Amino acid sequence: MRFLFKTDYEDDIKLFPHSGYLVTYGVLLALLLIAPHVLSSYLMSQLVFVCIYAIVGVALLILTGFTGQASLGHAAFLAIGAYTAAYLQKYNVPFPVYFLAAGALTGLIGALVGFPALRLTGIYLVIATISFALIVEEILARWESVTHGNEGMRVKTLSLLGVTVPRDSPTFYYLCLAVLVLTIVGTLNLLRSPTGRAFVAIRDSETAARSMGVNVALYKVKSFAISAAITGFAGVLFAHKLSFISPEMFTLQLSIEFIIVILIGGTFSLHGAVLGAIFIVMIDPFLTYLKDDMPGIIAGIAATFGAGPATAGSIQSSVAAFASLNGLKGAIYGIIIVLFVLFEPLGLYGRWLKIKLFFQLFPLYKRATFKRQKIYVKSERNR
Amino acid sequence: MLDFVQQLVSGVALGCVYGLIALGFVLVYKATEVVNFAQGDLMMLGGFFAFTFIGMMGLNYWIGFAGAVAAMALFGMLAERVVVRPILGYPQFSIIMATIGLGYFLRSIAGMIWGTDDLKIETPFSQGVLRMGSLVLAYDKLSVIAATMILCTLLWLFFNKTTLGTAMRASSENMLAAYYMGIPVKRVVSVVWAISAAVATCAGVLLAPITFIHSNVGLVLGLKAFPAAVLGGFGSIPGAVVGGVLIGVIESMAGFYLPEGWKDVAPYLVLLTVLLLKPEGLFGLHVRKKV
Repeated sequence: MRFLFKTDYEDDIKLFPHSGYLVTYGVLLALLLIAPHVLSSYLMSQLVFVCIYAIVGVALLILTGFTGQASLGHAAFLAIGAYTAAYLQKYNVPFPVYFLAAGALTGLIGALVGFPALRLTGIYLVIATISFALIVEEILARWESVTHGNEGMRVKTLSLLGVTVPRDSPTFYYLCLAVLVLTIVGTLNLLRSPTGRAFVAIRDSETAARSMGVNVALYKVKSFAISAAITGFAGVLFAHKLSFISPEMFTLQLSIEFIIVILIGGTFSLHGAVLGAIFIVMIDPFLTYLKDDMPGIIAGIAATFGAGPATAGSIQSSVAAFASLNGLKGAIYGIIIVLFVLFEPLGLYGRWLKIKLFFQLFPLYKRATFKRQKIYVKSERNR
Repeated sequence: MLDFVQQLVSGVALGCVYGLIALGFVLVYKATEVVNFAQGDLMMLGGFFAFTFIGMMGLNYWIGFAGAVAAMALFGMLAERVVVRPILGYPQFSIIMATIGLGYFLRSIAGMIWGTDDLKIETPFSQGVLRMGSLVLAYDKLSVIAATMILCTLLWLFFNKTTLGTAMRASSENMLAAYYMGIPVKRVVSVVWAISAAVATCAGVLLAPITFIHSNVGLVLGLKAFPAAVLGGFGSIPGAVVGGVLIGVIESMAGFYLPEGWKDVAPYLVLLTVLLLKPEGLFGLHVRKKV
């Protein structure tokens, strides 16, 4: 086991606490860079979605994970980013300009949402962000001169510095990856700066933060603005990836999916956003795989355990019937969320930390290390 | 003028629908400080249970109604035991996510069992309208208004006048202190989930002739009932109904007087405005702690 000796504050906030990190992330980055030459085009497309979801996940982590302000309205920020890009594109604005403009506009709107949110906490904030998202959805459907209403908008192929970048080309993947890496590094830097420290202080105790001289209102608005701006950037990529956007893509369902991303990944570390994004994006191909291949596999297993061909056939058809039931995906989604909340509240990254610690401390690992402390409910109304 | 009154009355009727669902939200919140995002889906499930008893098994309407309420009360207890109790006392965010997950699950399961068609229950209120002068009001809507008023009064009395109700308020205010006072907090929470599932079932069955029953009805109405509960100030039972009626009236007025599209947005705009001015809702209890 490695012990890190920290002698000053600079040691504590290093991006790479020891050389092992450089090696691991270097290898990971190298693997991601050669991915387009190895993986199938379908998987590459999924990988682009992983990048986009992870960017939104990081944005949501800044707001929910580190500032402690829940939001169920991030689909609206994504929509604003996407529509800004699509609208500016009609006037032949170059990509870097509308990319930044989309981020700036969503950031501004995020700050505007942040102001009313200052006085709201907990459940009231959740409902306020839901209301905001529903209003944005309705505006997108009605403001036909700009958004073309429910017909949706076609997004032209991305052209960067005179080169066209089709949405399924490796270059587009590299672009998404670059934005993701920049977002993550930027966020890491933000979190170790005084601003990030203030965010965490507000999350842990607003009263304590205020009495330490943190301007709570200012930092909450900042957090909203930054989170929204990053989501806006993701929105531009999202629009280009789909090449067609319409209001019904940006529903409450999508906001919930983003929350699930950080919930499943883990809300306390940026790793969580990436792991959660992988999970959410890959669950679809996985379910399709189950649907196509599982009946045969289960029937095969049944056959090896001595079931006759007739029984195996009936097992296969009944499993296939079950797998193709309507709404199975929703049920699996629901079960996954509940199971994660109940049994793995720290998410996938928490599970990884537990496994790592288990091997580091090998015979001495104690489950209680990660045990949540049970608190007794006290009324929020009297807080 | 007549138009206005007619819109007002139908708005109130619609609002009572929201109020009825919002009552369920408020009940659970008042007793456990948990926001149950699956409330609408409990309502949907209640409707399906009633459909099974009345439409498929051919029972009498009232017997089927009572059966559905009883079955859902048990189901509410089960849901509390499995999903909520293990995480009671952890951050509110996790409980919200757990109930969202529960909602997903219930919607899909209901879709698998009962299919995706709109189902209808034959009720004694299905036909006929009440005429007062030139005002027209359908019996099925009247039944919702009446039921909302009755349930609201009963629940208010229950919370404020009975020992169990006091125990519920105590356990929400401070769970540990409630334990010390000898209140069986776990059983109290179980009971409150049973009651709220039962209230949701009443809503589901009464709405069946108006909105029909399908697996997404809970989500759609829940999203309207939720602002109603917040508008009324989440912890107040009369507040839920007042909030619901306000949302309903706003919606029907906006649908009538404003251009198309405002109908769906207006309730949320009003909600945001109210939250800006009074962050704890119209009837919310909020005592600021002095530091």
